[in-house]
Amino acid sequence: MKGLWLGAILVSVFVGAALLSLVWVPYDIIQMNMAQRLQGPSWPHPLGTDHYGRDMLSMIMLGARTSIAVALVAVGIGMGLGVPLGLTAAARRGGWIDEIVMRGNDLIFAFPSLLIAILITAIFGASAVNAIIAIGIFNIPVFARLVRGGALSLWTRDYILAARVAGKGRARISIEHILPNLTNLLIVQGTIQFSLGILAEAGLSYVGLGAQPPVPSWGRMLADTQTMYSIALHLALVPGLSILLTVLGLNLMGDGLRDLLDPRVRRAAR
Amino acid sequence: MSLLQIEGLHMAIHGQPILRDVSLSLARGEVLGIIGESGSGKSMTAFSVMRLLPRGAGCLGAVRLDGRDLLQLPERQMNNIRGRMVGMIFQEPMTALNPLKTIGDQVAETVRLHEGLSRRAAWDRARAALARAELPEESFPLTRYPHELSGGQRQRVVIAMAIACRPALLIADEPTTALDVTTQAEILNLLRRLVQEEGCGLMLISHDLAVVASMADRIAIMRAGEVVEQGPTAEILRQMQHPYSRALRAASAHAPERGAVATGETLLNCDGVVRDYALPRGLLAAPQHFRAVDGVSFTIKRGESLGLVGESGCGKSTLTRAILGLEPLQAGRIEISGQPINANGHVDPAIRKHMQVVFQDPYGSFNPRHRVERLICEPFHLWDDPPVGAARDKAIADALEAVGLSVADRHKFPHEFSGGQRQRIAIARALITRPDLIILDEAVSALDVSVRAQVLGLLADLQGRLGLTYLFISHDLSVVRSITDRVLVMKAGKIVEEGETRAVFDAPAHPYTAQLIKAAPRLPEGVGG
Repeated sequence: MKGLWLGAILVSVFVGAALLSLVWVPYDIIQMNMAQRLQGPSWPHPLGTDHYGRDMLSMIMLGARTSIAVALVAVGIGMGLGVPLGLTAAARRGGWIDEIVMRGNDLIFAFPSLLIAILITAIFGASAVNAIIAIGIFNIPVFARLVRGGALSLWTRDYILAARVAGKGRARISIEHILPNLTNLLIVQGTIQFSLGILAEAGLSYVGLGAQPPVPSWGRMLADTQTMYSIALHLALVPGLSILLTVLGLNLMGDGLRDLLDPRVRRAAR
Repeated sequence: MSLLQIEGLHMAIHGQPILRDVSLSLARGEVLGIIGESGSGKSMTAFSVMRLLPRGAGCLGAVRLDGRDLLQLPERQMNNIRGRMVGMIFQEPMTALNPLKTIGDQVAETVRLHEGLSRRAAWDRARAALARAELPEESFPLTRYPHELSGGQRQRVVIAMAIACRPALLIADEPTTALDVTTQAEILNLLRRLVQEEGCGLMLISHDLAVVASMADRIAIMRAGEVVEQGPTAEILRQMQHPYSRALRAASAHAPERGAVATGETLLNCDGVVRDYALPRGLLAAPQHFRAVDGVSFTIKRGESLGLVGESGCGKSTLTRAILGLEPLQAGRIEISGQPINANGHVDPAIRKHMQVVFQDPYGSFNPRHRVERLICEPFHLWDDPPVGAARDKAIADALEAVGLSVADRHKFPHEFSGGQRQRIAIARALITRPDLIILDEAVSALDVSVRAQVLGLLADLQGRLGLTYLFISHDLSVVRSITDRVLVMKAGKIVEEGETRAVFDAPAHPYTAQLIKAAPRLPEGVGG
């Protein structure tokens, strides 16, 4: 329970910062201010300034927006395509659709995700949108497998048999009976995948394949200031800790939600 | 001095009282039967003796084994008592065994743990224990795994584990509930023999009065955490002083009132039905089949109640699914009201409309996220113009009232009901479209005896009022006997005997039927009033 609360607080701090950045940030980050560069934390700049004299707090707020937007859309793509695929595979267990879906999943799983991301950006150019697509593709098999596994065990239940006796088709049963009973599973996995998405976005930006300047991104903030850590440590600490705390918060939340929503774990946790 | 002496045992979990002032005693070589319905605290009494209670449980009173109070012992010493002094036999042999270890290893583990024997010596002891549990090494090598054994053989392994250290006390918690009748009779004989030969005490916990009556020297009847009555078996069965004991016995022997049989035209006709399952094939081997249903033919007349009896794996569930149009057939045909049930693809809703089904498990039969009204209206999907508005409300109200629930229950979720009430909801769901045939697939097997008696009464009443036809599938002979007109006995995919229920039970023609009837535990004739 404590983990869930701590996670929720951490996540809401960063989500709040991202939302706030939509309407207001302390400084304009397009403006360079060489006179103010590489300053440590102070009242006018609570998190200091970078090598161009830009306010780090504003950069982190805008970076949170990028990270959260990329991860959210990527998880959305993964769920939006993976869940129907998993449901279909389970409904047609052992059939050719099941084979195609599951072997397709294996194919995606077999490729290192960074390799595919490089491939996509090499073909279509580096941008936040392409990072979203790359991360999204890797979320599809995760959700497809999860849903197929959960659905297969539900398909053996008596209430599914009763629905079949009532003449309901596979698609209707999948939507009416299977999917609602998988929501707990999806919420928990969605939270975990969201945190992995943030990590992946940071990783892609770090190697220059994510959001392009001037859109700020936590991964690129780390990469840009790589050579200056020895003279201004906060340049590494601020974006690094932002990534760490967000991911930690989401993972704590995911575990907490699992304990809360899964009756088997809930009993053991007490 | 008695072996086990439970004195004024109180037990509460998180402050909620579970056991109240339970006092029992058990001598060596004696069988104490504990009877009660689910939630009566009979298993908790056993777990209190073993000190295997859930977290948050607290005990008062005393549990003396050979004069030593187990409740006062530190956990380390208690570990020595468990398995060595007290052996436990569980209900479900599949989950009580580790699937990754051989049966020899599992039995030997108990011995090694408690007596520190070498591996070789422990295996010798395991061999002996399995032999005592009637699994001789010649036919059942110690290197077998649990999945290579049948349910009854697995239960023998569990018994071998329990008796390996020659404990003074054996606790058997519903040891035969998961088993077929013939296997149940064998396991009960084994337990009886072990008590006689080894002189240990046996605490036998069961919901089945007949099982306990045939085994126990003394009986204790529990309800809501209290022992309501206890004494020597013969005396208890003769007197049954407590009203609850009387109710329990009446329910155990209950046969619902049934009206005259209206035999109309043929409703369901099965003709030479065959269902094969493909077995996993080897690389170059020819495809192999397992024939689950082998040329089954029978008919059900409108208004009739037909029983289908058989042990697990005999093909009765497959046959049920085939009748429901959920399994493709390899040969033969199934017709309802003269129309064929096309099992190879989509079954026409117009044909499905004729039948509904009630399943065994009252907990798995409903989508936990739907309300009662939505659950019981599901079969309306078969209709071209399902009722809406007031007509739907009336259909829901009629169905709920027909099964003895109130109209207000329509807004509740299934978890708000008890097992018996849920089975009533399942019957309401089956009734709502007014089908001709209702298939009852072990529909009362998971219920307590008193609830079972009520549900059977309800079924008999509904049949009389609505002119329903039942196909009643069960492994429980007493249930089939009480509610059916005709009975089919199924073995290994074939119908081996068919006839009037009374005639079949009184004078079985097939040896298998005779074996089944003989194995079924029965209450002694003419006890009590």
